[in-house]
Parts: sequence; C-alpha cells; structure tokens
Amino acid sequence: MAKRTVEVELSTTGLDAQGRPQRVPILTDDGGGGLALQAPPGIEPDLEGEHMLINIGPQHPATHGVLRLVLELDGETVVRCIPHIGYLHCGFEKIGEYRQYNQIICWTDREDYLNSIGNNVAFALGAERLFGIEITERCKVLRVIASELSRIMSHLVWLGTFCIDIGAFTPFLWAFQRREEIYRLLEKWVGARLTTSATRVGGMAADIPNGWMDGLRQFIRTFPHTLDEIDRVLTRNAIWVGRTIGLGVMTPEEAVNWGLSGPMLRASGVDYDVRKDFPYLDYETYDFEVPVGTNGDVYDRYLVRFEELRQSVRILQQAADRLPDGPVNIDDPRIILPPKSKATSEMESMIHHFKVVMEGPRPPIGESYFAVESPKGEKGYYMVSDGTAKPVRWRIRPPSFVNLAAIPKMVEGHLLSDVIAINASIDIVMGEIDR
Amino acid sequence: MSRFDVVRTGESAPPGSPATQKGVPHRGGEANPSAKALQDKFGSAVKRIEVIWGETVVYVHPPLVHDVIRWLHDDQSQRYDFLSDVTAVEYRDAEVPIEVVWHLRSLPFRRFLRVKAQLPKGQPLEITSVYDIYRSADWLERECYDMFGIRFNGHPDLRRILMWEQYKEGFPLRKDFPLRGRFSRSEQLRQALAQNPEARYSMEELNIADAFADLPQDMRDRLSKGERTGE
Repeated sequence: MAKRTVEVELSTTGLDAQGRPQRVPILTDDGGGGLALQAPPGIEPDLEGEHMLINIGPQHPATHGVLRLVLELDGETVVRCIPHIGYLHCGFEKIGEYRQYNQIICWTDREDYLNSIGNNVAFALGAERLFGIEITERCKVLRVIASELSRIMSHLVWLGTFCIDIGAFTPFLWAFQRREEIYRLLEKWVGARLTTSATRVGGMAADIPNGWMDGLRQFIRTFPHTLDEIDRVLTRNAIWVGRTIGLGVMTPEEAVNWGLSGPMLRASGVDYDVRKDFPYLDYETYDFEVPVGTNGDVYDRYLVRFEELRQSVRILQQAADRLPDGPVNIDDPRIILPPKSKATSEMESMIHHFKVVMEGPRPPIGESYFAVESPKGEKGYYMVSDGTAKPVRWRIRPPSFVNLAAIPKMVEGHLLSDVIAINASIDIVMGEIDR
Repeated sequence: MSRFDVVRTGESAPPGSPATQKGVPHRGGEANPSAKALQDKFGSAVKRIEVIWGETVVYVHPPLVHDVIRWLHDDQSQRYDFLSDVTAVEYRDAEVPIEVVWHLRSLPFRRFLRVKAQLPKGQPLEITSVYDIYRSADWLERECYDMFGIRFNGHPDLRRILMWEQYKEGFPLRKDFPLRGRFSRSEQLRQALAQNPEARYSMEELNIADAFADLPQDMRDRLSKGERTGE
C-alpha cells in the first residue's frame, strides 16, 4: 500500500528555525489505515487511556432516525458497539391482524417510508399470491415503474444523507432536487407524495393520468445527467475515497451468514438479487445488470448503489416503452371495487361494492412468503390466512433490520467518526426496523 | 456503461435463468427436491411435507430442527446458506399449536424452503437456536422471543429487542394480548415517567469504563439494592 507523508501543525511549544510553530510529519496510507504519529522530542507519547462509554442517539441527526448506539471507546477506537432499537415500534404486525388486506396496504407505506410505493407493490404481490390472482399485463408494467421509481427515490435519499454525514453538502441538494421530481410524478398519479397506498389487491388504486408518461420520459432523459454530475464530484474525490474506503468490511461468507441482502450483500461480491434469482413481475424479461462489488467496504456499497440508480433508469426506459393498453385491475367483482358510476346506478354493482368494503375479499386457507428486492434488500411479506378476510399473521421481513444487526461487527476497531460513515452505508430506515 | 461485471453466486447454479412463476396452484405442484432429501435423511423426524402456493413447507419434529437446519446448511447438495427469516405464527384457534417458521434460501441452487416446528400449547415454548449456524438468527430470534415469548435455547443474548427490557405487559403478538395493550394509557405514561435515567443503560453497559462509579451516590445505592435496568 502506498505511503505518503503529510505535514500538519500541532500545538507544540517548540518553534522551528523560521519562528513558525513546529511541524510534525504524520504518516498516512491511502488505504484508510491508521496514522502513525512520530511525535517530536518534547511531546509526550500517547498515554494509556481508560476506556470510555459514549452514547449516540436516539435523537442524533447522523443515526438516520431513532437508532441508539452505546459505544465503548479506547481513545477514538471503537472497542464494542451495542445497538438499541425499538424507539419507533408501533406494532404494525399486530395491527395487521385486525385489518383487511386492502387496509394493510396503508400500513405498508409507513414502515419503509422512503420506499412506500415499492412496499405497496410488494404487499399486493404477496396478497395476490395468497388469493391466487394473476394480475393484468398493464398492471405488471405499472408496478415495475412504481418499484423502480421508488428505488431511485430511496437511493437518492441515501446518497444525499450519506454525503451530509461525510461532510459534502452539494450532492445532497442535487439528489433531493431530482427526488422532488419523482414526488411530483407520484402526486399526479396517486394523489399522495409519501404515503402513496397506490396498489390494491388485484390492481392499482388508479391508472396513470393522461400525459403522465411524458413526465416520466422527461425524468428518464434528464436524470442520468445528475448522476454524472454527482459521479464526477464524488467517485474519484480524494476526501470521499479516504473517508469510505476500507471501512466496515464484510467478506462474502460473512455477509451471507449474517443475512445481509440488497446492496450490502452485493458490495461484498455475492450476486444475489431477488429480481434475478427469484423473479417477479416479469423482471427476467427486462435487460438490466446487477452491480457487484469486490471489497465489501463502504466505498463499494456506494459504487453498487450508484450503479443501481443507472440500472433502474434502464428498467424504467424499457417499461415505459412496453407499457401495454388494457385494463389495470383484474375483472373479479369479489375482489375489485366496481366503478363509482356503476356502484351508484346498478343494483348488482352496489352489492359488490358493499361486500368488498364491509366484508373484504377472502383468500383461501394457506400461507405465502413473497420477497421482492426493495432498495434496502430482500423485503418479504409472510402472510397466513385462515380463510377469513383478515390475516392470521402478517409478518414483514425487514431488510434494514437484518442489515443493521451486523453493525457491531462492522464498526469494531474503527474510529468514532467512521461509525457514522458505516452506519450511513447500511441505508437504514428506522420505520422499517422497529415497525 | 456498467462498471461492474455480473457474476453469479455458486459454481453449480442451474443453467438457464429463472422466470416469474405463473399460474401457481393453491395446493400441490412440484415440491422442492430438498424436502424429499430431508425425508430420506431424517425419516420420521420430517412429519409432513406440503406445497402451498408453490412453496414447500416441511414440518419437523421440534427437538430435531437444529439438526435438520444444520444438515441443510452443511450438505453440499443442499447448501441453504441464507436464513431469510425466523418468525412464529399463532392461530386464532386456541387448540392449534404455535408454529415457529424458518425461511431458508439456497443461493447457489436458487431454492426456497420453509421449515416449521409446531410447539403445542400448555407446554413451555422452547426451541433450539440456530445462532451457531446463521449469525442472522441473532436479532431475528430475539424479535421472535420479544413478540411471542418463545425461548431459543443456545442463543447467547436472548433479550427483548423492540420492547424495552423492563416491559411488563407480556408478549405483544400472542393472540391473548389485546390490541390496545394490557395496561391503560395512564399506567403506561406513569411507568415511563417513573423510569430512572440510569435505566437507559443495562448493567453490562454501566460496567464499561467505570460508568457505574461515575453515577451519583443515590443511583448507585438503588442499583446495588437490585433495581433492574436496561432498555
């Protein structure tokens, strides 16, 4: 590893021949390794210090929510990290047992709130497996568009906040500016920005309005420019590389054994993407690549997520090109609400409307675990039905939760300031972890 | 232009790319070959094999779950190296046993298997932890314990995770637990306000770096009298 020497000023008592404060050479290596301080004579060497207990969070801007870390420090080096979670626990899974399937969709918005429409799609797919429904072609493509838009949104928030944590402010503004455009698109489509509740069992809450695809194409055309800009500013930036490279390394075997998924796993070199390995929504017919890192450190996670943004744009382009005409919802009055005009004019439709709203659609007895590739990793919805309109058990397999469990291992031996960078690289959303 | 090459995990991945499942039958259909292999290997310990919505469910005799999962993980023809989820299901019918559910994936062979163990009601809810096989079981098992009260024997640190350690109302996802909680809102608020500041740290954390000695005298007195901490 290349070594280089940087001279810095320390508060020494001595003056050099020119009468300036004495300069001390510090040896660094560009692999992010430790600093070997060559103390000049007259300065006491580093003393044997006591360990220190430090508490970060739960109310700390760099913990991305209400995460609390109790750290044992030796000087600035982390000896032990004890995470505490649960400050945002709302009992989503318990509430789900008292709600009909379509009512649960509103709760999926609120768990991983950066990926709300992606969660809606995932839940609807799981429920449709449980109901034995095949959705229409147009609905599939619309859901792919929704998932990929949501992946871009989530990654943009991650990118922006990651930059802020490390000390770069400008890419944050660029990222949030583009995210705002997606929010405007979603607002035109479903009427909400954050809590979209866009899907229904068997279809979508609404078809896209006229002219919406023009807005999407405009976004697809212009978004790569922003990516190029951020790429230019960050990827080869010495400070950025120095702050991220070699941190929080997970080997492929460790990453699989610790259950990491999504970009965290792929940065370690394991190519597991649910869209490729266990496809859904006809993802196998889209032409896209899965970026895979080599070192499993924070820098590789950045590279992998960054490349995923580009790949998502590719998928969006293909989905926009192939969007077929036709109905969005399946044709089954026991599951899908009739059009409002019919519900108020036809007796039969009114009965269906009443039964769908008051009783709710009933799946047969059974269970299903449906996993999708959320921006954070493998997100699974496990639902068990006993034949009634409400699930016996609704379980969320939260990718952030399992990814965060590895943080004590990743931060051990690193500096306190690196804890923030490693934590940011996991891309956690506490709403999903605590549920 | 992509900067990365796409590589597949495992050298023995099946040829051809997997496709979206279509027309999945409710029951029946092709079972995961691992289920048959399990039956050959463990015999009567595998109580039942079901295929529901295309997913294979293997019901295993509870004391042997650890052996079964260990074999699935280690055997070169299975290689279930990825533990997706550990959870439990309690049915509305009070007679039906509680089920502990493991969702396993074999990344090299692209297989998915659900292993279940049924724990009858009226007996202590205990099962062997798979922490020594999968480190991902750490928090997942803690959450399952927190929500259902199922003890995972062999887990090194089986504490509550989402609820705080002094939570006294029971196990929230059990069916006998009311949706609004056991205690009234005023009681919950009273308990929260009555909590001492040092209770934010567990005794283990207070042992780090003389943190205990730095506490005020009255707090140390209370703690040495056995007051419990932990969040």
